[in-house]
Amino acid sequence: MSTPPLTARGAGLVACETCRLVVRPIAPGHAGHCPRCGAQLESRRVAAVERAWALLIAAAICYVPANMLPVLETTALGTTEPDTIMGGVVLLWQTGSWPLALIVLIASVMVPLGKLVALGWLLVSVQRGWTQGRADRTRLYRMVEFIGRWSMLDVFVDTFTVALVQLDPLMSIMPGPGVLFFAAVVVLTMLAAYSFDPRLLWDPAEPRESGHD
Amino acid sequence: MTIEACPDCDLLQRVPEPPPGARAACVRCGHVLRVGVADGFDRPLALSITALVVLLIANLTPMMGLSVVGRHASTTIIGGCVDMWLAGEQITAVIVAFCALIAPVAFIILIGIVLMLVRRPPAPIWAGEVLRWAGSMQPWAMLEVMMLGVLVALVKIAELATVQAGLGMYAIFAAMLLFPAIAASLDPERLWQRISWADGELPHVPRGPVQAVE
Repeated sequence: MSTPPLTARGAGLVACETCRLVVRPIAPGHAGHCPRCGAQLESRRVAAVERAWALLIAAAICYVPANMLPVLETTALGTTEPDTIMGGVVLLWQTGSWPLALIVLIASVMVPLGKLVALGWLLVSVQRGWTQGRADRTRLYRMVEFIGRWSMLDVFVDTFTVALVQLDPLMSIMPGPGVLFFAAVVVLTMLAAYSFDPRLLWDPAEPRESGHD
Repeated sequence: MTIEACPDCDLLQRVPEPPPGARAACVRCGHVLRVGVADGFDRPLALSITALVVLLIANLTPMMGLSVVGRHASTTIIGGCVDMWLAGEQITAVIVAFCALIAPVAFIILIGIVLMLVRRPPAPIWAGEVLRWAGSMQPWAMLEVMMLGVLVALVKIAELATVQAGLGMYAIFAAMLLFPAIAASLDPERLWQRISWADGELPHVPRGPVQAVE
């Protein structure tokens, strides 16, 4: 049997999440505060799996109305037309700007869905204690962290469309109820990604500790 | 040389200070632990001040305008948020204001304060608190996403009316380039090494792990 790689936890140390200083806790199970920056020390983010699941499920619930409800409502000469996210993609496609249609489709539909699936899979892999493909799963986590912000795209598109097209009585565009759910999906998945702790992917299988370290 | 634990996989390793332009990555999972920077203090400060001026222009001048049948309308970032608020989407308005305006401006101001404080080490203890806040603002500053959003909105509206990009748009474009430049010219570890310790000790470069405080 080879010796496992030495981690901070394995050495009885804690790395400060704020300033990255490696610190020896004052007592096991009670890390104390970082002497350099004063932040509360924790070996692993507190209740990382539970918090990430809770935020992820909330995001998944919001994902449905985000795509079903209109994000924009266009009123022109007395008639009102609702527009969903997919409707916006189709509109861009039809007007010939297919590169933008593709960008919006990827950022607004595929990225949020991909994030929900990827984070769910990472959480399951931690709970099952999988040891295969740790480096790949860590890369996937970093990708989720990096790409998440781009799904805010449609919220910005809607905001500035609404702000600009206020030409009563000719034409006005108002935000629909979907835009709130959509923004909620982006914020909740970002928070879920930040509550998750990628170090859990690398921790050796051991009886799960309850509560905080 | 510092001892670091990889934030993504917790592996303990000695990390040498990388030469400018190089990066030190975790040997196990590839997380970038430190970036090599040429000077780490003056350049990011200069870029931050530039970004602050550019953001000021971006927020005070119209981003885009629209003309149709003799009528003209234009909007700024704040204008977009205000219209969203007035249209009954208050929460969305706040989220947009936070990601497009508050987080980027707060990040620039906070990091600028830290960079000025560390010019004369040891920087006061509260500089660490400011640096922590700057770090938590960073992921929410979405200038590049907003820039693309504005472009998509312009293309969509171009079907209905004549649109022009305003001065604000060019300013946002400049700010969008400045943000990653600031991040690339900063090595947080170097900043922390110049800030007084929360436990009252003067800054020093630790050789090994130190004891936590109550």
